[in-house]
Amino acid sequence: MARAEPVELPRRPERASRGVRRRRGGSNPVGYLFTLPYVLFFAIFTAYPLGFAFYLTVHDWNIVRAVRPFVGLRNYERLLADELFWRALLNTGIFLAVHIPLQIAVALLLSVILNQRLRARGFFRVAFFLPFVTSGAIISLVWLRLYADDGLLNAYLGLLGLGPVGWLSDPSVAMSSIAVMATWKNVGYYLMIFLAALQAIPDQLYEEATLNGASAWQRFRHITFPLLNPAFILVVILSTIGGFSLFVEPFVMTGGGPLDATLSLVLYLYQQAFQFLRMGYAAAIGVVLALMIFLVTVLQRRYLEREVGY
Amino acid sequence: MHEALSRRLEDWPALARRALFYGLLLAAALTFLFPFLYMVSTSVKGPRELYSMNLIPREPTLDHYRALFTQIPIGRALFNSALVYGLQTASVLVLSSIVGYALARLRFFGREFVFNVILLTMMIPGQLLLIPLYLLIVRFGWTDSYQGLIVPGMVSAFGIFMFRQHFLTIPQELIDAARVDGASDLTILFRIIWPLSIPVLITVGVFTFMGGWNDFLWPAIVNRDIAFQTLTQMVTLYGIGGQAGGQLGAIMASTLVAVMPMIVLYLVFQRYYLQGVASTGVKG
Repeated sequence: MARAEPVELPRRPERASRGVRRRRGGSNPVGYLFTLPYVLFFAIFTAYPLGFAFYLTVHDWNIVRAVRPFVGLRNYERLLADELFWRALLNTGIFLAVHIPLQIAVALLLSVILNQRLRARGFFRVAFFLPFVTSGAIISLVWLRLYADDGLLNAYLGLLGLGPVGWLSDPSVAMSSIAVMATWKNVGYYLMIFLAALQAIPDQLYEEATLNGASAWQRFRHITFPLLNPAFILVVILSTIGGFSLFVEPFVMTGGGPLDATLSLVLYLYQQAFQFLRMGYAAAIGVVLALMIFLVTVLQRRYLEREVGY
Repeated sequence: MHEALSRRLEDWPALARRALFYGLLLAAALTFLFPFLYMVSTSVKGPRELYSMNLIPREPTLDHYRALFTQIPIGRALFNSALVYGLQTASVLVLSSIVGYALARLRFFGREFVFNVILLTMMIPGQLLLIPLYLLIVRFGWTDSYQGLIVPGMVSAFGIFMFRQHFLTIPQELIDAARVDGASDLTILFRIIWPLSIPVLITVGVFTFMGGWNDFLWPAIVNRDIAFQTLTQMVTLYGIGGQAGGQLGAIMASTLVAVMPMIVLYLVFQRYYLQGVASTGVKG
């Protein structure tokens, strides 16, 4: 495979200073004083809940009952045997299978377009980014109407003699509909990540490649694409985390239905905690969810990461 | 004149390609904007055309907005959101920059450890802490209150990270000069470093404010009382609950009210906001 020749990259400007001048060698007490807000906050709102989360999972913790017996690993055992949990996991898989390729394709295409000289670039950037700055819960209310059986999308399809499609009412379609909406919602963010990476590629790489007779496609394939690898991994990982965190869209649009086809893991966690008040069980879902996110992102990093050489 | 025209005609394949390119791009942009156009249009449509396909209302009306303001205390929710997330943002800017300053500019044992802990906590998924954090708020007696919304977000690991990275780039001579003049660390931070950090302050501020404003899950968990509901929460519940009674126009009017402040904020601070997005990307 032809690889781009190593080129001396313009290095980032050195940081003006490491900031820390040795003053009398030892520790500056003001440093502790200034870090205190974080340490306190961390202790109360991160470390304690983190420990408490694991404590909860080994108890049958119902918020309205005073007795909260120790149950060992029974919450986890129950989880493994819980069909709805597996259903939610499967749904997450379906969501990711639609969402990630679509997200990457659309974000990459739009970022390459926006990276060119373009008229009205500002307008296009705003158009693609606007969904990202609006609340997912709110915007789901709008899509709920667009996706409705008697909604606009089906009305327009009807004009073409197609449909109607049960965007949210057909169990085999509903999760994909949500994945498409989530792509629309987030593409601006991933587009910006790609765009930042594209703009960091030195022009001279392209110039040299052009001088050596590389076509536009070859330049993309052998320069742009490999150099986008870190951004690419980031987009895959962040949208995977987003998929595992899916909540408001099914909460607002489907409530997890039809036939549990859009039940997401976080929605299931929410239902267990706040409809059935099973705090221990919900915490166990949270722990398993966090472990899965961790595992999947580690695997993705491992198998997607490529040596990036200039 | 003739010559220019004929030259342009000879160039028509390129011209056609450009027209096609911009046509497709415009179509894509309109697809992205369509849900917003639909919101605006439906919120001012008359009762008989509410479900019609055309986006331009024939009988424009503000009735839906009137209905909305009489049906739910949306003004109160607007106030709640502004208050809660305004205070939270102010706190994040002050506290996170103090911590960021210590991590970037002060030397003390354990500094690297604290910074690594901060990086680690940024990777903890929120769902893991959701239930225990909720039970903590219950124990504090902070359900149905402003505290329950504000306090858990008063310090931001992301903010500390951003401030630390930026503060590392401030020239040491400025700080030394101020110290010679007898300035304290707080004075140095707020009088010398802050004015040099406006873009980062805006980035962190806008991120924090928007993140809070748009959140539904946390307020929905800790607040049931309508007096303390945030705008996003109230509008979402209004839209999915029975309150709206199938009044599509009023629902769309409410979504527009909830979304508009963020759109304006984004348009005003676009440059900084996009910088922030790019830098969250760079860190990974």
